[in-house]
Amino acid sequence: MFHPSHFTAVLLFALFTSVVFGITMRSDPKQMVRYGAWCFLLFAGSAVVLSWAMFLIAR
Amino acid sequence: MATTTPKAVAPAGFQYGALIAGWLIPGGGHFLLGKWGRGLLLLASIGGMFFLGLAMQGKVYTSAHDILDLLALVGDLGNGLLFLVSRLAGWGADSVQVTSADYGRAFIVVAGLLNIIAAVDAHSLAIGRKK
Repeated sequence: MFHPSHFTAVLLFALFTSVVFGITMRSDPKQMVRYGAWCFLLFAGSAVVLSWAMFLIAR
Repeated sequence: MATTTPKAVAPAGFQYGALIAGWLIPGGGHFLLGKWGRGLLLLASIGGMFFLGLAMQGKVYTSAHDILDLLALVGDLGNGLLFLVSRLAGWGADSVQVTSADYGRAFIVVAGLLNIIAAVDAHSLAIGRKK
């Protein structure tokens, strides 16, 4: 069985989802890579920002 | 003098082969169209997400008791043959009992939704809507 931490699960989710978004939302291979990387950064980055926001609100 | 502009000609015959193949097997529609690289990446991503969800003891939905269950069941059905095989083999948990199982449940549902997007993309390629 596989029991990842929440952050590991976020990174895996962001990786797989970004690959599919990149392939399906763009036509040119270079644009696919750029869009996929952008989606990955937004997924992972927003998770980090929201986590810090919740931490600061809860204090 | 009137000029004629070329119009897009819709391909004749059954046009939903790529859509159905893409739903049944992740990346199957792209394989059918000879887009091997894209198909392999889709298979690895969607299949990887589905099997990681199972490895996390994620729930595979079989019935719906409320609207959220129904939405999750629709997402699971998007996995096509992966969903059918997992049901027949009895894979996946019946209920969410540990924290990672909740992540796994989400992975399985989202894998199905991504597979639907990939199948529609294959259909768009097949009919010439996307290059």
